[in-house]
Amino acid sequence: MYRIVSKERLAHKHTLFTVNAPEIAAKAQAGQFLIVISKEGGERVPLSICAYDRQKGTVSFAFHEVGRTTKELGTFNEGDELFNVTGPLGNPSEIRNYGKVLCVGGSIMIAPALLQAKALKEAGNEVVTVLACRSEEFLFKKAEAERFSDRVYLASDDGTVGEKGLDFLNDLLAKERFDRCTVIGPVVMMKKVSEMTKPFGVPTIVSLTPIMIDGMGMCGVCRVTVGDKMLFGCVDGPEFDGHQTNFDELIQRQRSMLPEERLSSMLWEHEHEGGCRCGRK
Amino acid sequence: MKGGAAVEGSEPRKRNDKALDEDVPMPRQEPEDRVKNFTEVALGYTEEMALAEAARCLKCKNPPCRKGCPVDIPIPQFIEKIIEGNYDEGISIIRSKNALPAVCGRVCPQENQCQKNCIRGKKGDPVNIGRLERFLADREREKGMKVPERPAPTGKKVAIVGAGPSGLVAAADLAKLGHEVTLFEALHVAGGVLMYGIPEFRLPKAIVQKEVEYVQSLGVELRLGNLIGRIHTIPELMAQGYDAVYIGSGAGLPQWTGCPGENLGGIYSANEFLIRVNLMKAYDFPETDTPIRIGKHVVVIGGGNVAMDCARISMRLGARVCLNYRRSRNELPARREEIENAEEEGLICNFLNAPVEFFGDDKGWVKTMRCTNMELGEPDDRGRCSVSPIACSDFDVETDTVIVAIGQTPNPIIQRTTDGLKTNPRNGTIIVDDDGRTSLDGVYAGGDVATGAATVISAMGAGKRAAQAMHDYLMNDKQGDRE
Repeated sequence: MYRIVSKERLAHKHTLFTVNAPEIAAKAQAGQFLIVISKEGGERVPLSICAYDRQKGTVSFAFHEVGRTTKELGTFNEGDELFNVTGPLGNPSEIRNYGKVLCVGGSIMIAPALLQAKALKEAGNEVVTVLACRSEEFLFKKAEAERFSDRVYLASDDGTVGEKGLDFLNDLLAKERFDRCTVIGPVVMMKKVSEMTKPFGVPTIVSLTPIMIDGMGMCGVCRVTVGDKMLFGCVDGPEFDGHQTNFDELIQRQRSMLPEERLSSMLWEHEHEGGCRCGRK
Repeated sequence: MKGGAAVEGSEPRKRNDKALDEDVPMPRQEPEDRVKNFTEVALGYTEEMALAEAARCLKCKNPPCRKGCPVDIPIPQFIEKIIEGNYDEGISIIRSKNALPAVCGRVCPQENQCQKNCIRGKKGDPVNIGRLERFLADREREKGMKVPERPAPTGKKVAIVGAGPSGLVAAADLAKLGHEVTLFEALHVAGGVLMYGIPEFRLPKAIVQKEVEYVQSLGVELRLGNLIGRIHTIPELMAQGYDAVYIGSGAGLPQWTGCPGENLGGIYSANEFLIRVNLMKAYDFPETDTPIRIGKHVVVIGGGNVAMDCARISMRLGARVCLNYRRSRNELPARREEIENAEEEGLICNFLNAPVEFFGDDKGWVKTMRCTNMELGEPDDRGRCSVSPIACSDFDVETDTVIVAIGQTPNPIIQRTTDGLKTNPRNGTIIVDDDGRTSLDGVYAGGDVATGAATVISAMGAGKRAAQAMHDYLMNDKQGDRE
């Protein structure tokens, strides 16, 4: 069992757990992920590592309460125990001194993006961080981003905070030379940023944590086409060349169980939150 | 139960010589019932049936059956104990060689091993050794297993990687020899392929967990959710004070057809399909949390036991199922019994064709599978016919779910994170000698990770041989050389 030592509400339905897992903490690195099972018989959910503390023996992960399991996870509190946390899984990010790096984190994945930014900063890079969210209420960890970055840009889909959308990156990329770009966030966002950096020839690394079950190379749910190869997100990744990744296929594959996921989520709400409230006054 | 008295007194089933040519049939759920549920198909012998079957044993002086057993079970001796009604001793004889009798009694291909050599088989049916093994194991479980005595500790520490059949057996044998054994399992439950691969209706998961508990009762420490290669590497384990390591990590990486369109929705690897259904119990979704989407018309590609399992699960989930195999019926690698079971349940087998491309609908879900007809060529050295496509013979099959069950290769994580561990560049298997020694001192491997995908019992046999070799290594006190 893995005890939750702290629960932090990052934003509405955005939650960060820090759990006691000394052996995982001893080995965790930026770019890797965990498989979290909240209760016996529960789903195996892949979640990126957002922080680790080797001394205290803790690792942290963040999740957006959208599906059945993440909603259920959201009901856990400090002191509660998770059935299983397996990790660290996947290959660590390649952290070197590249020169100047653009770090883009979107939505809940701002949390793991900051771990990368921190590691890149510590490796001597000049780090420019972009925090992208839907709207102001979903923005978090701005101060932390400022601490680990030479410069921070904020962006929101609706323009309630920072730039409206990510189009400003085009200007930024035109004005300044970046040696590397790392993007972690919704697949659509990673696709968009990869398309923007491509004409400027900025090597771009995306972090794909697609649907996985085992997270260790067995099921092949997480297969992605990169260049002309079929690779596995869990064992070959989770980081891949954004200019070579077939995002459209990935987006389609991510939707393949959507009806089932919605059903499961609705049933959970029905049991725990009094239903979807449709038809009520 | 009456035990031995029943035999001597009443001669449960008087049978003449001719009747003794036939084995006692296994009671099974009827096809039309079982295709609607996930409970076990084969129901097991009653005591009376077991006694009648045991009575068929010829008690050969030099028993050929035992030679066919990869873990060397003294078969006539345990059958003798059944005849005597001494079931406790019967199971002890099996347990002395085999830590997982309830599993082996169900999933071993006995027809190719012990039963293949049975003298009774020359004229009629061989003695059904597997069913007798299962009878004893099931009876032991129902009565409550005895906790074995622990030997004096040797002071040696051993790490076993992978709690599948090979690792469980190696762990059990090493613990029985007095070593301190830690069993690392990457998944959240122990059992490996016995849990995620073989379906509930062939091997109930509660039974697997009982066998795991037995191995733990020998003193083995089980650590779940530990992916070796990531949380600890093999060299790190050795540095942490383990005197030897056994790698039994299996062959979990699915193989693909490589045909265009294979990443469409609705195309599963057999592993994905089995993990969802067996390990995560998706057949109970939405009661359980992990979903499975199954269409109306499933095509399973392949012809092994894994393909049969996928097909039989799909039928239980309500689909019409075809199995497409590139060779002919004679070459089907699956156990005969499994093929019969599957066909009774309604499986349609299409032979001599192979997929060439998959096409999807506008939502990216598979809709059509284009196949080509195949023809058999000359048999190779192993007697297996080559197979090649017939030109211009393509045809389309309408489908909404495809399961690719054409084999697995070893997971690469340990190989990639262990310097100096020699592997076969062709398929990623770890190179070992007959006793499971790898290229690294103190590091042993066996089962599917060394042989490529094979059977549960051959993996168990490898675990057993390696355990003996590791014991010799540990007791030789050779560790001084390494440090």
